[in-house]
Parts: sequence; C-alpha cells; structure tokens
Amino acid sequence: MEHVHTEHKLGFWRKYVFSTDHKVIGVQFLFTTLFFFLVGGTLALILRWQLAYPGKPVPVLGQLFPQSMAVGGVLLPEFFNSLFTMHASVMIFFAIIPILVGAFANFVVPLQIGAPDMAFPRLNMVSYWVFWPAPLVVLTGFFLQGGAAASGWTAYPPLSAIEPIGQTFWIIGVLLVGSSSIMGAINYLTTILNMRAPGMGFFRMPLTTWAVFITSILSLLATPVLTTALIMLLFDRTMGTHFFLAEGGGSTLLWQHLFWFYSHPAVYIMILPGMGVVSDVISTFSRKPLFGYRMMVFAIAAIAFLGFIVWGHHMFQSGMNPTVGTTFMLSTMLIAVPSGIKVFNWLGTMWRGAIRFTPAMLNAIAFVSMFVIGGLSGIFMASTAVDIFIHDTYFIVAHIHYVLFGGSMFAAFAGIYYWFPKMFGKKLNDLLGRIHFIGTFVFFNLTFFPMHILGVGGHMRRIYDPMQYAHLQHLQPINVFITISAFLLGLAQLPFVVNFIKSLFWGERVDRNPWEANTLEWVAPSPPPHGNFETIPTVYHGPYEYSVPGRAKDWLPQNEP
Amino acid sequence: MQDAHIGRLGIDTRKLGMWIFLASEIMFFTGLIGSYIVLRFANLNTWPVPSTVLNIPLTAVNTFVLICSSATLVLGLASVQRGYLEGLQVGLFLTVLLGSIFLSIQVKEYRELIHEGFTISSSIFGSCFFTLTGFHGAHVFAGVIWLTVVLIRSFLGYFTAEEYAGVEIVGLYWHFVDLVWIILFTILYLI
Ligand code: HEM
Ligand SMILES: [Cu+2]
Repeated sequence: MEHVHTEHKLGFWRKYVFSTDHKVIGVQFLFTTLFFFLVGGTLALILRWQLAYPGKPVPVLGQLFPQSMAVGGVLLPEFFNSLFTMHASVMIFFAIIPILVGAFANFVVPLQIGAPDMAFPRLNMVSYWVFWPAPLVVLTGFFLQGGAAASGWTAYPPLSAIEPIGQTFWIIGVLLVGSSSIMGAINYLTTILNMRAPGMGFFRMPLTTWAVFITSILSLLATPVLTTALIMLLFDRTMGTHFFLAEGGGSTLLWQHLFWFYSHPAVYIMILPGMGVVSDVISTFSRKPLFGYRMMVFAIAAIAFLGFIVWGHHMFQSGMNPTVGTTFMLSTMLIAVPSGIKVFNWLGTMWRGAIRFTPAMLNAIAFVSMFVIGGLSGIFMASTAVDIFIHDTYFIVAHIHYVLFGGSMFAAFAGIYYWFPKMFGKKLNDLLGRIHFIGTFVFFNLTFFPMHILGVGGHMRRIYDPMQYAHLQHLQPINVFITISAFLLGLAQLPFVVNFIKSLFWGERVDRNPWEANTLEWVAPSPPPHGNFETIPTVYHGPYEYSVPGRAKDWLPQNEP
Repeated sequence: MQDAHIGRLGIDTRKLGMWIFLASEIMFFTGLIGSYIVLRFANLNTWPVPSTVLNIPLTAVNTFVLICSSATLVLGLASVQRGYLEGLQVGLFLTVLLGSIFLSIQVKEYRELIHEGFTISSSIFGSCFFTLTGFHGAHVFAGVIWLTVVLIRSFLGYFTAEEYAGVEIVGLYWHFVDLVWIILFTILYLI
C-alpha cells in the first residue's frame, strides 16, 4: 500500500492542464462551473426581462442579438424557449452537479480519507476532459439553423424528437456530462472503499465523504438509464426510429419514466453533497460534535434509497393508474422523514454551540433554512390532488429554486469559503464575504418567494408573455418585482467575483488549519503538494470531536492520538 | 505484485473499479431491456413472432460461439495462475478468435435482415432489435480490442503466476458481455 513519492518536476501542461492530480482537477472543475454559473445567470436575467416587460427591447444585450433571435431587441418566442431550456440545462448539468460532485468531491474526498490521490487518477483526468466540451456543444446550438434546444431541460417528446438540429447538440452534450459523471462515480466509490488511511473506518468518515459516497451510488446507477433514453431520442431524431413517437408504435410516456428515473435521483445528486458540506461546516463553526452523526449517515442513505422509487411524482398529470399515483405520493412524502431528521440534527448541532459566524457558516445556515422552505413546498406538490392544481406553474419554479439555489448553491458557497484556504493557501476576505452573503440571501428570497404566489395564482411556467392571459394581468406587478430583485441578485454576486479574484492573488496567507477543524484535509499543508500528506496519517477519532472536556484546545484532529 | 494493489477492503483496487463499472453497465442494459419490454407490451397485436423474422439457428450457433469464448478465457486465466504462460496465450488467442467470429456472424445476420427490408426504422421491433443487439455488439467489439491488447501484453511479459489482474479484469468484462447476450438472445429471439 505504501507508495514512495518522488517529487519530480512536471511541466506547465502536465501540472495545470492535463493534470492527474485530484486537487488540480477539482480546481479545474471549480473554475469551469463558476464560469457556467455566470453564463446560466445571464441567460436567466434576459428571460426575466421579457417576463416583466413583454415586448420591450432588452437593454444593451438586445441590440447584439441577430434577427433570428430578437427583432429590434425584443426577444422572439422561439428564442425565449431556447433561453429557458439553456438556463436550466447549464445550471443543472454544467454548474450545480459538477461544482458539488466534480469540484468539491474531487478536491476534498482523497484529503478527508487520508489518501495520496484518487484510485484512478487518469480516469479522473478524462472525466474532466469529457466534461468541459459538453456545455460548449450544447451552447453551439445558438449558432445553428433553428437555434438551440427549446424543449426544456426535461426534453419531452414528441417536441424534442422533431425540434431543429440544436436539440441533437443538446443530446450529445448531455451524453458527454453523463459519461463524465459515471467515470467520477466509479472513481469516488473505489477511492472511498479502498484508499482510506489506517484507522479511517467507515464511521469515522466526515459527512462530506459519506455524502459523496452515497451520491456516487446514485449517479452510478441512475445516469446509465438517462444515457439509454438519450440514445433512443437521438435515434428517433437521426435514424428514423419511433421509440418515443406514437405514430410508429412508440411511447412518449416511456421517455418521461426513463428521464425521471434518472432525474429524480439527480435532484439528490444535487443536494446530498451539499448536505455533507454543510454538516462539516456547521459542526466546525459551532465547535460542537455533529448531533446524531450515525443518524445523519443513515438519513442520507434513506433519502438516496427513497429517491429511486418516487420518480412518478413528476408525472401525476401525465396520466397514471390512481393506485400507482397514490404509491408515488406516499413514497415521496416519506422522504420528508429523513430530511426532517437532518434538519433537526443541524439545529441540534448549533444549539448552544459557540458559533463562529464566518461566511462559510452563514451560507450553511442559509442552506438549512432555505432547504426547509423548499422541502415544505415539495410536500405540497407530492400530494396528488394539490399537484394537479399547481403542476407546471411558478409554484414548481419556486420549489426548484429554493432547493437548488437556496439549497445546493448556498452549500456550494459555504464550501468555497470553507475550502478556499486549503485550495490556494489564502483566505477569502471576510467582509466582502459577508456583503456577498447578505445581498444574495435577501435578493434570493425577494426573487423566488413571490413565485409561490404567482404559481397559486395560476401563472404557468415556460410562458413567453404573461400579459396575454386575462387571469395573469393583475399579477404582472409581481413579475416586475421579481425581475428587479433578480437583477439585484445578479449584482450581489459582484463582491464574490471581486473577492475570489482578489484573494486568489493577494489574499491573506493562512497555515494548515485556519478554522481549527478536525478532519484530515486540515492536516495537510495549504495548498497540499502532489501526494497530499508528508506521511500518510493514522486516524484515532471520529471527525467531529470538538470541545472535548478536559482539553486545552477545543478541537481534536483525527490524526492526534 | 498483485499485493501492492490490495486496498482497505482487501480487494484489488483495479478489480473493485471494474465491478463498480459493471454495476453501471447493468443499469445501462436494464434501461434498454426495460424500454423493450414496455414497447413490446404496448404493441402486442402487431409484434411479429420473432422466428418469422430472425434466423434463429444461425444465432443459436453464434450464442454457442460466445459461450465457448468465455470458457477459453477461463482456461487462459487458470493457466497463468499456475504459471503456464503458453496456456494463457492460447486461451486469449482463442477468445479473440471466437469473439471475432461472433462479430462476423452478427454482421452477416444484419446484412441479411436489412436485405429483407427489416431495418432499425422499419418497425418498432426493428428499432428495438438493432439498438439492443447493436449496443451489445459494440461491447463485444470493445472487448475484442481489449483482449487483443492483453494478448500482446502476455507476450511482453506483463503476466506471471503472481500478477494476472489484467487478465482477471478483462475476464469480468467479457463474462458480463456474454451474460447480457444470453438474456438478449432469450428475450429478442426466443420469446
Ligand atoms: C422533501 C423533499 C422534496 C419533495 C417532497 C419534492 C417533491 C417534488 C415534486 C412532487 C415535484 C413535481 C412537481 C410537479 O412537477 O408537479 C418536484 C419537482 C422538482 N423538484 Fe422536488 N422535492 C423535494 C426536494 C427536492 C430537492 C432537494 C431538489 C433538488 C435539489 C428538488 C428538485 C426538484 C426539481 C428540479 C423539480 C422540477 C422538475 C421540473 O422541471 O419539472 N426537489 N419536487
Ligand atoms: Cu422528484
């Protein structure tokens, strides 16, 4: 098992570009996904303009669009459809999933389990090099005849089977990210099972590692099913098959079943790693052991297991046997139990802790509270009768943004503030971090909370011009309010961008363990060298032994006897 | 040495990775086979009896060829474990040969079917048939190439009585592909 590491000098290309080092690959994923987070955000702001001021030219950007997208700066309906499709695809496939699973998991997991690198470093490199072309392929659609894919991120046939060529590019791009995810999952699972340092038993693993482990099982088993669905859709478009087209004996519902068999587990792929990150952050900054550590692990496992048997809750409206519908309703509601356990355990961890309100901690607390709101709206929609009323309305849009932005994205921010010092040996500025947090938190809520009201008012999602519907006209002021808040939310990311770039070059230098945390990544130098540890550490404790009575320091690193 | 790769679970890391990869492969074929079942049940009255379209005796022979190729690979592995390198080389060579025969017969079958007007777009049965057998064939093709690489390595002294993981791992993959074929043969040709 012992590897002798000879530090040989690698050239620039092997060190930073075609690197097999999990830390470099993690950082590559981080930069790429943050970039696509900005791209996806910009797409959303263009959309929001149209919803608040239908028929008015988009300022500045509007003049840049060619005639096929916007006339005199006013978006065309087809272009609007491409925009919301691309916004969701970019955010889900190229920002949220890969920032949690590609960036953090890659950087953190080998360090947390005391391994010198991933089990298959070259496979790891390939998983990045298959990933980044994917968004480019998908976005290329904008420059093709007929525009980018416009059938939503869910790509329901028959529309997606007959759309212009941009949809084919979308399929190929998503196939690429899918293969990247599968490669990543194989690597994480093997690494966590087989590369743990001496003494690192399963129940001494930090929750980030546990969450990545269970998430990887989800991506390993769910992604291939999406792959088959995408391939059949591709064949329908290019080879003349009729898998999803009724006229040739195909079944449109089959797509929905296959898609949601992947995409419901995928929503947990987008939240479970966040739950892991937040558990680590909350325990560290509350200076208290994580409340109910084992329960937290079992809750993640339960959520993941239930995640495989609830996909039908996206299809209540598509028509299904009422008994099946009731089964899906009950299994979906069951998820509230492990989710509730986790929320109470986070609260229990903070309860009477000596909390340090760092930017990472603030974002983690925001995660917990926003996840509660998103989970509660989930319960509404899980109930079949209620869902028939709110399905395909802005209520769904509110839900997905509370769980994906309020949940996953705040967790990603928490992770960035927490591990930035380990990644680059420098700290992000505290004050800018707080400004960023407050702006994001306030404008996030102002943007997305009113969407619940729109949804209950009957505002359909994915519509081009709300003013065309008599029952929506009196809701238009809310749309304007949302759009203004959304632009301010975009603006609130500015301090983050400034902070990130500034700290990268001129940030305050830090030592190995700036947060006085226990887990093994803080034992390695910041940034850790190739091979991570000077000597492979031996583990003596669980990850959360904070404020142990009778010790001078209020933390107890896992590698100290 | 094999031992250098034994990890915390007591399993060779490379073999563990292969097992995990095969789990995702199972889900891949589950997705395809599940769709096939759904589509077949949705089209029960128009679905032809497979034997009226497909050449079952030919494919039965082909199935036998593929099963034999698994057996020759097992013999090769058993040989190298006892340090009998020529046995490994013969076993690998026969496996590559049988795998190639399987592919050639499949190509011949495809050509005949297409000639008769049965194509991927001619009917929903055709779509299912060519997609399922096509992806399986692609897996066999990848396996033949991989086995060829292992065969070349066996001449370059990569394998000894102590170090034969490379053979074991390609074996896991090959037996899996074989197993998938037996399922596909049953559900597409026989019932
Ligand atoms: C207690 C937990 C949750 C419950 C009970 C729940 C329930 C539901 C239901 C019933 C729907 C379908 C609504 C409809 O289309 O009519 C839905 C949609 C959705 N949920 Fe959740 N959910 C939960 C948590 C999450 C989490 C944690 C995420 C992601 C991080 C998530 C992401 C989504 C997304 C993206 C959609 C919309 C898909 C679309 O575009 O149609 N949900 N949820
Ligand atoms: Cu769902």
